[in-house]
Amino acid sequence: MTRGVLPAGRRRLVTLGLPVLLATGCNSNQAITNPATRPARDINTLWWAMLAGALVVFAVVVALLVIAFVRRGRPGEPSHDDSGPYKVIIGGGLAAPMVVLAILFGFVIHVMPATSAPPGPTKLTVDVIGHQWFWEVRYPGTSAVTANEIHIPSGTAVDVRATTVDVIHSFWVPRLNRKIDMIPGRANRIELDAPDPGVYRGQCSEFCGVGHAQMSFYVIVQPPAQFRAWLRAQSRPAATPATAAGLLGRHTFLTVGCEDCHVIRGTSAAGRVGPDLTHVGSRRTLAALTIPNTPRTLYDWISNPQAIKPGVRMPGFASLPAAQRHALVAYLESLR
Amino acid sequence: MAVGTVARERVERLDRIWQERPGFTGWLTTTDHKRIGLLYLVTSLVFFAAGGVEALVMRTQLAEADERVVGPGTYDQLMTMHGITMIFFFVIPLSIGFFGNYLVPLMIGARDMAFPRMNALSYWLYLGSGILLYSGLALGHAPDAGWFNYVPLASRKFSPGTGVDFYALGLILNSISSTAAAANFLVTIGRLRAPGMSLNRMPLFCFAILATSFSLVFALPALTTDLVFLELSRKFGLHFFDVGRGGNPLLWQDLFWIFGHPEVYIIVLPAFGIATSIIPTFTRRRMAAFPLVALAELLVAFIGFGVWVHHMFATGLPEIAMIFFAAASLIIVIPSGIQIFAWCMTMVTGKPEFRTPLLFIVGFILFFVFGGLSGIMLAAIPFDQQVTDTYFVVAHFHYVIWGAAVFPLLGGLYYWFPKVTGRMYNERLGQTTFWLVFIGTNVTFFPMHISGMLGMPRRVWTYPGYLGWGPENFVSTLGAFFLTGGLVLMAVNLVVSRIRGPLAGPNPFGGATLEWATSSPPPPYNFAVIPKVSSPYATWDTDDRKTDPERLERGDFVLEGGHLTPGTTPVDGHMDEILAMPEESPWPVTLAFVATLGTAFVIANHLIFAIAMVALAAVVLVAWHSGEPEAA
Ligand code: HEM
Ligand SMILES: [Cu+2]
Repeated sequence: MTRGVLPAGRRRLVTLGLPVLLATGCNSNQAITNPATRPARDINTLWWAMLAGALVVFAVVVALLVIAFVRRGRPGEPSHDDSGPYKVIIGGGLAAPMVVLAILFGFVIHVMPATSAPPGPTKLTVDVIGHQWFWEVRYPGTSAVTANEIHIPSGTAVDVRATTVDVIHSFWVPRLNRKIDMIPGRANRIELDAPDPGVYRGQCSEFCGVGHAQMSFYVIVQPPAQFRAWLRAQSRPAATPATAAGLLGRHTFLTVGCEDCHVIRGTSAAGRVGPDLTHVGSRRTLAALTIPNTPRTLYDWISNPQAIKPGVRMPGFASLPAAQRHALVAYLESLR
Repeated sequence: MAVGTVARERVERLDRIWQERPGFTGWLTTTDHKRIGLLYLVTSLVFFAAGGVEALVMRTQLAEADERVVGPGTYDQLMTMHGITMIFFFVIPLSIGFFGNYLVPLMIGARDMAFPRMNALSYWLYLGSGILLYSGLALGHAPDAGWFNYVPLASRKFSPGTGVDFYALGLILNSISSTAAAANFLVTIGRLRAPGMSLNRMPLFCFAILATSFSLVFALPALTTDLVFLELSRKFGLHFFDVGRGGNPLLWQDLFWIFGHPEVYIIVLPAFGIATSIIPTFTRRRMAAFPLVALAELLVAFIGFGVWVHHMFATGLPEIAMIFFAAASLIIVIPSGIQIFAWCMTMVTGKPEFRTPLLFIVGFILFFVFGGLSGIMLAAIPFDQQVTDTYFVVAHFHYVIWGAAVFPLLGGLYYWFPKVTGRMYNERLGQTTFWLVFIGTNVTFFPMHISGMLGMPRRVWTYPGYLGWGPENFVSTLGAFFLTGGLVLMAVNLVVSRIRGPLAGPNPFGGATLEWATSSPPPPYNFAVIPKVSSPYATWDTDDRKTDPERLERGDFVLEGGHLTPGTTPVDGHMDEILAMPEESPWPVTLAFVATLGTAFVIANHLIFAIAMVALAAVVLVAWHSGEPEAA
């Protein structure tokens, strides 16, 4: 559905055994094995190294079992041998693991700093706030507020402050960095520093209720100049619609109940339950990536959001005359 | 075996003394550890089927992208019930409740558990808590916040229905049952071993149950506390977890995992015990490095308490704390590694015969190593922070609990089948089952590693097609149905063999431990003559077994004056008294019924009735104790 907005990510085999499984053109825009930044790359390297080590260990155990199988025999009197091959057991169970674990531990300590939060303030801070079930994004120092799309400049270390207004969620963009939980009463931090412009998919990764599966978002990395222009545009209040349909739509929005739950800056709509819609027309998707943002899907959404995203905290407006719903669509699409 | 008249009279007298009420009431009032074990067996297998059906529905829903077999509400309930069922109502009751109960007294040469009535109470409370939770599901109010049920999602504000109350109160009941059972094992293993069975002569299976019971006794209070906090918050608005009022949602996670991680070892340790019983029998060789293995079993349980934070690496804890817990998590590799090498080397240096039980143990070793290796990866903090809550973790823990705990349990079912039923299962069907289940399990869970690495989060009821997780999920689902086929075949084999299998005799496999020294199935008093023990491989070693009929004739250690069993010293196993055991009793089942009803009233918010049930319970307890025998 939203294929159009996704960059064709590089595919990488994750396994040795079952490449067939992967053969059907999968998009790896959320794959851990397709890193796009230094921390994600470090984690990926750690993974391949651990996999290699694990296969060696596994092979040793399989070899022992094969030897046992080759030596299998018929039942007889039980042997009275009470001694054990202590050397092998201690060597394999104690000595070898100590060495392997020490190496692994060193590796972990080496990778950790890259994946942790920035030590001090960075040039840009973004507040990401989890809601059941969407992402609110604020850009401190500006009045820009977006939902389900986090824009950041490329080549810049960005400090993401992750919080929540309700239950625990988890902020996770595998290609950019590891995840960090969003916990009530805390502001957890994580650094995003993407060298290349692109669209990176992320998804809530802590079970947060009915809408958990449909709580995704994009991190949109833009060249710095483009990002600055975008931020200026997003900081502006909503424009007055230029068409009659748009004006009817705005009037409808402010009178039938939409305004109780949504903000549109520059109007009297100031509800806090749903996402800020000031520039909703400029977003790529609706309902946290569930559907692409087109007049058609927007119309369906307004009519019956439960059918698209079960559990969503928005009532359906199917009872509004179709003309008013079309006007709402015209208005919202004009908010760019 | 020629038995004289005196001996025959003695056996008849024992039969009379230990005779139980026949029929249905007999099952309700029984205090025989074997019958209680069988109750656990049947009940836990029923729950296994329920959890399996839940899993199959989930897998069907996930077979393809954008499917709509069930909606998210139903999926969340199924997922939560599946997790709870498999852990609290299947694995633990099967391993501790059935295997522990049935085998520990037999293996240590005792006539029953130390507290037979409490043992019955444990079972009935377990059944009560299960019925309670499933009636929640039937009423459409199953818990849906996941088996680890994080707050604030599980708080009244975000889960306003009664589902989470069923979870909290049902599990409190369940954990009371398990605590009582564990305490019972500690005393039984500590005090009721046959004369001569010093600790170093105790079978490794009993070490495993001992370690498990210690873990349960120390871990369950954390869970119970957590659940009580939760229920107090939900019912009376207290604020243990509410940041707005000075609480902390991470408190739930800490307490939950202080219980939850040892729990993993509670699940796998009995399985280790089963492995150490099966391997010597089918390799005709004693376990290599017996003392190391015993020590390793205890160490695993102990270190298991120091690692809970590795479930919380993504919560933003200070790095130094994380590093400490990662190190502790890695250390546990060592006792596990020692056991793995001891199992393998026993096979290598013995002459293994790969019959069904041993095949399951080989499968277990492979799964345990595989799941253990992905576990080591998860202890590597940055990697865990990347993949936790993805299907990689679902793959990892199913390899561990399904491959490394359930496989030995299945092997154990075959191994002790002749002991319990007196009949043999069909070996060819048994081996076929093994291959079906082994392949099915891998086909189900291996692809989940891949979907996880491709970024698929867990606990999602649907996923969009364009992310390319479809093929892995489809294969997984096929595997789950294949696996189910294997399990059905196993059920058929065991049920048919139970009815028509050839008679087994006391020791068809040449097993080493004491349970093989008595008839199959064992009489209610287990042993006509209390065994004398000089090694952990009692039936392989001592001549005592062969002289049993003479000892029976002479009357030494027949103990025919009531429900009697010898009590021995905890370490050396010297006999120091003769204990009188209580007889069957209607009170445990009554008390459990009252407790379950009381809990149901609390869930339904009828607090008055709940208090009435507490009063009733007090009356039942008085009746219970007025019927206890005096110490002999
Ligand atoms: C019949 C084979 C099984 C299949 C096909 C299966 C499948 C599944 C699936 C699809 C999930 C949901 C994953 C998610 O959405 O996060 C799950 C979760 C789980 N399974 Fe299984 N499972 C099986 C056996 C077991 C067994 C034997 C156990 C334990 C003894 C177990 C314990 C769990 C637990 C604890 C969860 C987590 C539930 C939660 O997140 O709340 N499963 N399983
Ligand atoms: Cu969420």
